Amino acid sequence: MPHDHDHDHDHDEGSALSPIALRVKALESLLTEKGYIDPEALDAIVETYETKIGPRNGAHVVARAWSDPAYKAWLLKDATAAIASLGYTGRQGEHMVAVENTPETHNLVVCTLCSCYPWTVLGLPPVWYKAPPYRSRAVIDPRGVLAEFGVTLPETTAISVWDSTAEIRYLVLPMRPQGTEGWSEEKLARIVTRDSMIGTGLPRAAA
Amino acid sequence: MNGPQDLGGQMGFGPVAPEKDEPIFHAPWEKKALALTLAMGATRQWNIDISRHARESLSPAQYLGSSYYEIWIAGLIKLMLAAGLVTEDEVSSGRMKVAAKKVAGKLLARDVAAVLAKGGPSSRAATTPRFKPGDRVRAKNMHPVTHTRLPRYLRGHVGEIVTLHGTHVFPDSNAHGQGENPQALYTVRFAARDIWGDARHPKDTVSADLWEAYLEPA
Repeated sequence: MPHDHDHDHDHDEGSALSPIALRVKALESLLTEKGYIDPEALDAIVETYETKIGPRNGAHVVARAWSDPAYKAWLLKDATAAIASLGYTGRQGEHMVAVENTPETHNLVVCTLCSCYPWTVLGLPPVWYKAPPYRSRAVIDPRGVLAEFGVTLPETTAISVWDSTAEIRYLVLPMRPQGTEGWSEEKLARIVTRDSMIGTGLPRAAA
Repeated sequence: MNGPQDLGGQMGFGPVAPEKDEPIFHAPWEKKALALTLAMGATRQWNIDISRHARESLSPAQYLGSSYYEIWIAGLIKLMLAAGLVTEDEVSSGRMKVAAKKVAGKLLARDVAAVLAKGGPSSRAATTPRFKPGDRVRAKNMHPVTHTRLPRYLRGHVGEIVTLHGTHVFPDSNAHGQGENPQALYTVRFAARDIWGDARHPKDTVSADLWEAYLEPA
């Protein structure tokens, strides 16, 4: 079925594109023609978040904290500086706070008002993090949300939810799994999942 | 504003639907949506608070019926129209009809890495805070029609200051061209039962980062 749109360029692939894809394509050519954007800068931005900035950054931070008590203490005291020392700085990570999971307290991060997320350590947020089910329920029913992620906590564990309403960005420091004694930082980093740093998951069990 | 963005505690959206091995982008246009939004920030025709307000003031039906990158594109178009960077006709045709507006900057490919690594801190020179950790405070019962970062579900409730984060740009004024009005920003912790009632777990808490103007002594 042909798309009903008012985009009047001739593109070979035009008929295969959705209305939103066509709209964005039209915007890109318009903004390029008007000189507001450098198309190569768009590619550089995308490449940055596809290849350089992602959850492996956060996993590095967590693995370092698990391996080095002094680093962990620094991370919990001044996360912005401790994370910057590993080279992770910038947009949506300007003001970092790390919150530590313990047997007594499990931390869960949300942004009920939009999609605030610690890009420098986790990359771009997944769709579910930005969507109404998670944003509406994480604050009122965190245990129900965790159950949907397959996480069930002891009844005695408190859940501490962090609603990112300002420019402070939160990184959860998960508990180091048992059976990982003597592991290298690199090996530890491989069991640190993205969700374990949001609080909707736990590190992969030590195998 | 009590807009569609203020989702905390709302019901009826169904279960969270995590995707196994979710890709970073689900379609090529999403890459452009992200990149265009970030790149156009360099024109300095708006700030992050203005852009958040552009998104939340989409109609509730549009906001809730859109994916997040669709919301971003709708917000970006609103911002560009309001700033006079583009016209409706240009947006729909994809072709320049009027001359470009002179803007403060343009993000070049060679600067992308440095710009992203630098970010845009919201902290400002210290002011004298009214509250200190341990203080009991009440989130004001306020319903501005303008931008605010005080969620509805916290208004009127009493919590405890746990952290003072220094002084930060105040979104409620910065979103409306009324200046940065920097003021103390605190993490305030609320008992889940105080907000949501006795059905909640007695140990659970919800913390939010709230500016001084949102708070009164309790």
